[in-house]
Amino acid sequence: MKQPLEFEKPIAELEGKIEELRHLSDGGGVNIAEEVAKLQAKIERQLRQTYQKLTPWQKVQVARHPDRPHASDAIRRLVEDFTPLAGDRVFAEDKAVIGGIGRFRGFSAVVLGTEKGATTEARVRHNFGMAKPEGYRKARRLMELADRFGLPVVTFVDTAGAYPGIDAEARGQAEAIARSIETCLRLRVPMIACVIGEGGSGGAIAIASGNHVIMFEHAVYSVISPEGCASILWRSAEQAQDAAEAMKLTAQDLHKLGVVDEVVQEPLGGAHRQPVEALDALGDRIEAALRKLTPLDGGSLRAKRRDKFLEMGRQGLA
Amino acid sequence: MNWLTNFVRPKLRALVKQRDTPDNLWHKCPGCGQMIFHRDLEANLHVCDKCGHHLRLPALKRLGMLFDEGKYTRIELPKAPVDPLRFRDRKRYTERLKDAQSETSEQDALIVAHGTIGGVPAVVAVFNFDFMAGSMGVAVGESFLAAAKLAKLQQAALIAIPASGGARMQEGILSLMQMPRTVLAVEEVKSAGLPYIVLLTDPTTGGVTASFAMLGDVHIAEPGSLIGFAGQRVIQETIREKLPDGFQRAEYLNDHGMVDLVVPRLELKAALARILGLLMRPKPSAEVVTLPTPEVAIPQQPRV
Ligand SMILES: [Zn+2]
Repeated sequence: MKQPLEFEKPIAELEGKIEELRHLSDGGGVNIAEEVAKLQAKIERQLRQTYQKLTPWQKVQVARHPDRPHASDAIRRLVEDFTPLAGDRVFAEDKAVIGGIGRFRGFSAVVLGTEKGATTEARVRHNFGMAKPEGYRKARRLMELADRFGLPVVTFVDTAGAYPGIDAEARGQAEAIARSIETCLRLRVPMIACVIGEGGSGGAIAIASGNHVIMFEHAVYSVISPEGCASILWRSAEQAQDAAEAMKLTAQDLHKLGVVDEVVQEPLGGAHRQPVEALDALGDRIEAALRKLTPLDGGSLRAKRRDKFLEMGRQGLA
Repeated sequence: MNWLTNFVRPKLRALVKQRDTPDNLWHKCPGCGQMIFHRDLEANLHVCDKCGHHLRLPALKRLGMLFDEGKYTRIELPKAPVDPLRFRDRKRYTERLKDAQSETSEQDALIVAHGTIGGVPAVVAVFNFDFMAGSMGVAVGESFLAAAKLAKLQQAALIAIPASGGARMQEGILSLMQMPRTVLAVEEVKSAGLPYIVLLTDPTTGGVTASFAMLGDVHIAEPGSLIGFAGQRVIQETIREKLPDGFQRAEYLNDHGMVDLVVPRLELKAALARILGLLMRPKPSAEVVTLPTPEVAIPQQPRV
């Protein structure tokens, strides 16, 4: 494991032991197969135990794991003939939002996502997945393109939130987000939103007001980061764990609340261990949702989306 | 929808005389630091007569100053689930709610009323900043939707008056979901061909700004109001630079193309009446009609 999380350290230790054994056996020709198999079984057991009962705060860590599949990985894995499109036609190209047209399992679609970047250089280029107004205006432009050609919209949400900066405010961050939400809700084509990592506040809902909202098992989605919530309500960011508990930000809780329509299982030990398997499982669910939604006409797609959001929250946690 | 039947029934509590004894006879102006006598403050709609600073205006006074002759009818607001997440920080959310309810004598942070402004039918949805900093949760979203529905029913304009710190954090993701929900409310009014005006007051921030508050046909702001998406402290911690003077203030948003007009409070009623008249009475009238002179009425208490 390249970057074990705090609670994954016992597992990382076991993995280290296997490495060590392999290293030793290179020289001496000792038979280590039995020992390795034992350790591997132990790792699997521990992973299962740990990941079955992740606390909300641990889920926040998993959701932010740098090795977790990002929007660009999802597009690379699931979309053929992907043709990236750039710019908001007003001010700039914001690489925190990636998007374009491509073919998803046979369907032409507009695909969009907030991209955090995998390397230091990429993270800077994508501004750590925090979009400025031009990012949301680009999203809106691409959604309108989808609407014009009757193409479904698929989004991959993974962002800590919209970028908090002087320039972003000066160019109307709030207006850009509001318009993006409005555009999601007006679409006469199917819109499927997938929260694959971190669903951070307004920056997430801007591209997640869809007909069908899917969430990875260990992804999180919230109105503010647990740290931010803790520093306001508990007056100390140290209480982020408590905030994470109270906020009900896990996929499981959000499904119960009706905010998320479907939760996709991740491979053992989380999507960051087996990204390809995780993305394929997600792809299957997107495809199933698309097959259900594409036969509907524009008016009912819009009405169903509207009714879903209007009904949301009228009941509390069951 | 049973709340619909309650629509035109005036809220009884509005008839009860509001407690109007000021706790303090003198108020310190946050603008110039001078002391203002409470009666002068009232008479001047909470605008400092020395420096022009706009102090926060209580929600009911706002209604009184905007509607013709200070007359309006409040509507019974739809019920929303209380404490949907069973949230607790250092204190239970249910307790915080109860405290806010007893301090303000209101159920939640949005008040909806209807009447006429410059003779034009209007529904006003005004935030009560005194109620948990005007934060938006399910109850506010439901009430905003009710306001939109009422506007459509009465073929009236909808005026939204945010004064809000943003999301009601104790309602977690459900407060975030009020962004698309209030956007749907705006859509309902707009698709009915009715004007939707936003009067931005101090402060309008976070998810409130990034949803219904930035989708008006016309955006009016009170001078000096803080209006923005991200909080100033968060921005400062992120960029580690000094924020420019007047950043995220009404005038700044006007300069940056996000607000149509910055209008002093004493001229607001007239401006609103003029805009509504222009939008809702587009044709020349067959006979000469004297429009009610937009005078600034300052009711001591809401008259119903
Ligand atoms: Zn002053």
